[in-house]
Amino acid sequence: MVNDLVVDLSRLQFAATALYHFMFVPLTLGLTVLLATMETVYVVTGRTIYREMTQFWSKLLLINFALGVATGLTMEFQFGTNWSYYSSFVGDTFGTPLAIEGLMAFFMESTFIGLMVFGWERLSKAQHLFVTYLVALGSNLSALWILVANSFMQHPQGASFNPVTMRMELDSFFLLFFNSDAQSKFVHTSLAGFVTAAVFMCSISAFYMLRGRHLDFARRSFRIAALFGMLGTAGTLTLGDSLGYFAARVQPTKLVAMEALWKTEAPPIAFNVIAFPSQSEQRNLWAIQIPGMLSLLVTHSLDQEVAAADQLVEQAKGRIRNGVPAVQAMMALSADPTDANALAQFNAHRADVGYGLLVQRYAPDGDLTRITDADVDRAALDTLPEVWIIFWAFRAMVGFGVLMLGYFVLASMLTLSNKVHRLRWFQWASLLMLPAPYIACEAGWIVAEMGRQPWTVYEVLPTWLSASTHSVTYMAFSVAGFVLLYTIFAIIEVYLMVHFIRKGPDDGAPPGASPHASAVPAY
Amino acid sequence: MEIYLALKIIWWLLLGVLLMGISIMVGMDMGVGTLLRHVGRTDSERRVAINVIAPHWDGNQVWFVLGGGAIFAAWPLVYATAFSGLYVVMLLLLWSMIVRPLAFEYRSKRESPTWRNNWDWCLFLSGFLPMLVFGAAVGNMLQGVPFHFDWRLTSYYTGSFIALFNPFAILCGAMAVSMSVYMGGAILTNATDGPVQERARRAAMLAGILAMVLFTIGGLWLTRLEGYMLVSGPDPALAQTPLHQSVERAAGHWLTNYNNHPVLWAAPALGYIGALLGVLSLNARRPLFAWWFGALAWIGIIATVGAAMFPFMMPSSTNPSHSLTIWNAGSSERTLSWMLGFTLIFMPLILWYTSWAFWVMRGKVDKAHVDSSEHAL
Repeated sequence: MVNDLVVDLSRLQFAATALYHFMFVPLTLGLTVLLATMETVYVVTGRTIYREMTQFWSKLLLINFALGVATGLTMEFQFGTNWSYYSSFVGDTFGTPLAIEGLMAFFMESTFIGLMVFGWERLSKAQHLFVTYLVALGSNLSALWILVANSFMQHPQGASFNPVTMRMELDSFFLLFFNSDAQSKFVHTSLAGFVTAAVFMCSISAFYMLRGRHLDFARRSFRIAALFGMLGTAGTLTLGDSLGYFAARVQPTKLVAMEALWKTEAPPIAFNVIAFPSQSEQRNLWAIQIPGMLSLLVTHSLDQEVAAADQLVEQAKGRIRNGVPAVQAMMALSADPTDANALAQFNAHRADVGYGLLVQRYAPDGDLTRITDADVDRAALDTLPEVWIIFWAFRAMVGFGVLMLGYFVLASMLTLSNKVHRLRWFQWASLLMLPAPYIACEAGWIVAEMGRQPWTVYEVLPTWLSASTHSVTYMAFSVAGFVLLYTIFAIIEVYLMVHFIRKGPDDGAPPGASPHASAVPAY
Repeated sequence: MEIYLALKIIWWLLLGVLLMGISIMVGMDMGVGTLLRHVGRTDSERRVAINVIAPHWDGNQVWFVLGGGAIFAAWPLVYATAFSGLYVVMLLLLWSMIVRPLAFEYRSKRESPTWRNNWDWCLFLSGFLPMLVFGAAVGNMLQGVPFHFDWRLTSYYTGSFIALFNPFAILCGAMAVSMSVYMGGAILTNATDGPVQERARRAAMLAGILAMVLFTIGGLWLTRLEGYMLVSGPDPALAQTPLHQSVERAAGHWLTNYNNHPVLWAAPALGYIGALLGVLSLNARRPLFAWWFGALAWIGIIATVGAAMFPFMMPSSTNPSHSLTIWNAGSSERTLSWMLGFTLIFMPLILWYTSWAFWVMRGKVDKAHVDSSEHAL
């Protein structure tokens, strides 16, 4: 049977490498679009300051991009290396968007970024602008396809279990692609990337203002970013709301964790602004509530039911009992795919096969005839993810989101009335905003993915079963290797970023220098 | 049902195309990395060499990423079993590969010779190691890998990490490295001049000859290697798992296909002819021809392995009847059809714009330009 420590280490490794990868992705998503915007202004107006802006920000983009590419490479293979049962079980469905991501998005982004960097002299203005747009399009298309894949894990639709091949197989590509979770999450995530890039640009522009350097450059960059950021934040929050609304319907256990709802109440339901949830006691030790607010937020009404933990755990017990015969039928079909009785039994219970697999963790030697009521109760409690982390990560994400909205409203007003460069306190505030989008993005990942537990594919495939059957030694080795390598990478990246930010754009080039000196980069 | 059989075979051929894309395009860039310290004795020479592939390495690397994605989608059991079974080796491959994007982007961002020298070592390692592992992985596939499944199709790898570096695997790894050095040398010869060009040309010729020698030894070895043969199993056109077949393991089985279909000998012949004409082209100072002949050689080499193993993809040495074949490791008919549709639309597009990118950046890398470039600070 599977070793729990191996599963935990596999989860730790995946979470750490994904969160690390996601430190670089949002900036790329947004900054490529901002570059295209600045270059459009350059091509339309012909003012060289906008070309300098494009080139300077693209230099910072590339430092970031290299790490995005590097850490993305390991993600592409980590499903296979560390989640091999997951991979063979859902690869038929989940692998498809991943492959299309490569075909449609990665090739475009990576081929044209080479031309974007090295093609300034070899392409016409219009050609180069087009190339920049393709880079932005490519990176955002990759977000689309990876989120289509991810949404299958959150809300598996468009596929069903085939007992002959013992895996999930694609039924409808359209249902897979037009998963409402995918569509909302794509816009939510891309816009979160725009916000990240906007804060990044505002923050660094404010740094130049504080130093009294590159003022024209900084003011123009700040203005574009601030307006961009305001629209982005408003959109991110709107789509975030629809994701919450969606989760309430299709992932009730995630909602329970996000809002720390233990006891089902009659509507309208109170909202826990702050709470200290206790998983072991299945209640909040302490909470500040706003009456009726949760109903409004989650169901957009005052009279709809919202199931809390107690009710969901009871439902889970029923589904576990119903799922056990399905798994037993699966075992029979594995030995003989033509067994008609087993197939009939499987079909009668197929909706809950995932729950049967969930409880198999507690079955001695995997023998489901030997599970007890206590095992069923234990497995039912397992269906609740770890509440306190998700509850607080959700609040961090929303809190920083609202903070950034406020910031961008103010920033837009100040930049449109041309005051930013005179208000030192606001420049400092802008500089201090830099971590905000990063914290919000990482927290968002935690809510989405830890809120999916104990499943890798919601209600279909439990996490404990998904991991590769490695030894603890192997896992310790790989976790240690990733930590070491990624730490070194982070130090180098931050060092170079700071170095190039301090150096600043080449707008003060000495007279006589070739006007094209900055336009012809090489490695 | 016949459609499903055809789709399985098409996707097996497409897997070959992907491996060829990886070998030719990524292998070329890795060859440049491996050769970097040899062809470039001064910093400026090294920068010239790096800038030959600077605009293209990232796009080329997507062949590798797409390889991962496409195997995941089309051959989920291979993706799951191979990458988890070869865990430590995969980590070695990935860890050495991910240093490459950083080395390219960061190397010339500081003047310090120590800084640049360290990144040059990184470029060497991230070119040499992945190709060695890539070849060794193919070598292990040919020998079979110790794994089996339980009733649910969870895979268990029962071998040791060090066993993956057996002599035959290392031979295959060395051949992959020599082919990549050959291709890297050819592109360097084509896009540089002066001493860099001359060193690259000589290195490529040597690597091409070495590749032919290793290919010969590998081929002779293969005839004595224990191969696999599918004795019985479900109809290839049916959906199935690898739990219901019977497989025989014996020396010489990898030659069965060649004996039954002598036309397959064209594959190894293509490998030889490509490499031979390539070396001759380099000798005649026609590097672009040499590059294309090298690509043909790669196609021949990969086809040689594919023809020997058909219909096997990943044989199991400890439980041969659990071996992964084209018939039991593929995705469903619907998935393979959708994927084929996307491939037919996007693959020509990719080839078209990749060619355009190479055309835009055509010509020799200008040393004076590199020396005056802003990235030198």
